Amino acid sequence: MSEVLLDVRNLTKFFQTPRGTLHAVDGVSFTIEKGKVLGIVGESGCGKSTTGRAILRLHEPTSGEVFFEGRDVCKANKTEMKQLRRDMQLIFQDPFASLDPRMAVNELIREPLIRNHITKGKAETEKRVKELMDLVGLAERLYNAYPHELDGGRRQRIGIARALAMEPKLIVCDEPVSALDVSIQAQVINLLADLQEELGLTYIFITHDLSVVYYFADDIAVMYLGKLVEKAPAEELFKNPVHPYTKALLSAIPIPVLGAKKDRIVMRGEITSPINLPDACRFAPRCDFACEDCKAHDCALEEISPGHFVACHRWRNFVE
Amino acid sequence: MAEEMKDLALEVKNLNIRFETDDETVYAVNGISFDLEKQKTMALVGETGAGKTTTVLSLLKLVQSPPGVVNADTLKVVGNDVMKMTATELEAMRGKDIAMIFQDPMSSLNPVMTVGEQIAESVMLHEGLDEKAAMEHAKEMLALVGISGDRVNDYPHQFSGGMKQRVVIAIALACRPSILIADEPTTALDVTIQAQVLELIKKLKDEYKTSTILVTHDLGIVAETCDIVAVMYAGKIIEYGSLEEIFNHTKHPYTEGLFNSLPVMGGDRSQKLKPIKGLTPDPSKIYPGCTFAERCPYATEKCTQGFPEYKKFGATHIVACSRYDEPDFHIERKEID
Repeated sequence: MSEVLLDVRNLTKFFQTPRGTLHAVDGVSFTIEKGKVLGIVGESGCGKSTTGRAILRLHEPTSGEVFFEGRDVCKANKTEMKQLRRDMQLIFQDPFASLDPRMAVNELIREPLIRNHITKGKAETEKRVKELMDLVGLAERLYNAYPHELDGGRRQRIGIARALAMEPKLIVCDEPVSALDVSIQAQVINLLADLQEELGLTYIFITHDLSVVYYFADDIAVMYLGKLVEKAPAEELFKNPVHPYTKALLSAIPIPVLGAKKDRIVMRGEITSPINLPDACRFAPRCDFACEDCKAHDCALEEISPGHFVACHRWRNFVE
Repeated sequence: MAEEMKDLALEVKNLNIRFETDDETVYAVNGISFDLEKQKTMALVGETGAGKTTTVLSLLKLVQSPPGVVNADTLKVVGNDVMKMTATELEAMRGKDIAMIFQDPMSSLNPVMTVGEQIAESVMLHEGLDEKAAMEHAKEMLALVGISGDRVNDYPHQFSGGMKQRVVIAIALACRPSILIADEPTTALDVTIQAQVLELIKKLKDEYKTSTILVTHDLGIVAETCDIVAVMYAGKIIEYGSLEEIFNHTKHPYTEGLFNSLPVMGGDRSQKLKPIKGLTPDPSKIYPGCTFAERCPYATEKCTQGFPEYKKFGATHIVACSRYDEPDFHIERKEID
């Protein structure tokens, strides 16, 4: 039996704005087994980053429960939270903005070790800093280098080393390769995949780029306007997408192979405002298949085949 | 005047651009030559720092000088020598003969002018329309890019990112330019919005018969929108050819590396990506040999001595790689027929 590491139930994060309540994350539920990778994909404003942050309580969830190894993260007190923060780490999108420009590589990696009393004594800390640099593929000559002297790929490696310093069980990777060039992006993806295998890590991989998660996610969850609209094992999602939004999203990705022409579904309109939402399917205003039902009330996630979840009133019309 | 062999929109020979600062000189573009035939779309592909944007900016003489120093044997836009143009001639050319769509729609629009005024501006300048007629034209242009003409008096902040990029396209196309330069036009946009914008550029290109240069790092977009591909690395074109030649008969090791680094949806998930090792070279150094040699899995001794000569394969395929001196040399990427 595989062990569930993270169990997210009905996670909700609303922000109060002058114009009303912004539904950033609205009742998202999923589980991740230990050692697996869950990809969360969606476009700007769909709530994927907020979901990642709410799980770590970097945004205090409005409601819902997050169980990490059976413990409710949302009810943890300060001391418990400190331990939980070590177990659950975050890698940020912009490796430049997330590193202190006045700290050298070795200081950046040493900081979390000392702050959290992970290593004891100078010698042990020093040894660990070098181990971590080696683990993420930072050459020893960069020991005294500053972030501005390094390219994006190396900066991101520092971010990864800082996360690994805490010996986490779960890492939330928030668009970790989006700011990188393709050749460097591939290096970092391979590094993350190797580390996962080597250290038995569990990842939540948040990205707008479906081709990236296709390569190493076990399960993929698609979000639209704060809702989870479809979740399935990676292969299944790419082969048999059911939700009209997932289909449009997949068809929109340009494929670098000649003759790979597929029927592109060009979605009309744009993502609607997440403020003061009515009780209706969030995708209905842009959906070619929306019926009266879709506009009258919202739909819940249903398991249509083992492991394949869809939130759509009309899913039965889309499967043979 | 020499007789024109082909009907060329752009003619570039031996273009060199460097930036001279107090500390160092950065060699951004190092001897680029290409022609663009009318009504064709050429992709300029490469990674950050390859010199793609600098190259296209020089076509409009928009490289800031100083620190920029631009040299070229030939730099012609629809037959006119850009290097010799006066400020007035340049003004007449920009927007009329050649127009540009910039990467970031948020920063390329004026926040204190209505979108209508921004579209009308160039029409009034180039076509001599009065304000009323120009605003009418602005409405038509908005409708053309899929935005209701009623929004002509709205300001940029009232539009979403995708719509702002449509406004930028409307401005670029307002005077029906012969050549359109699109510099990463969809990089700042979501994929579904990107699909809308690419469809729009394709449609307008056919309708207006524009010749286009598309600067991008995304080979997927290239496959869907371009006829010709030029791959740039460290300020040089290292491979040039038709879409078919570049994608299915890849010759240069760098181009192969780019394809291998790319996660392709629907590909073999058990296969790992094969990144190019190392980093792009320092543009402030002059390399005696092939600039890609130190990252190239096929490099030999001779690759570090002298930049390779361009070799021609087939009708249009040009490759800069010394290894092809050897008659049986080939890269691993399979040819697809």
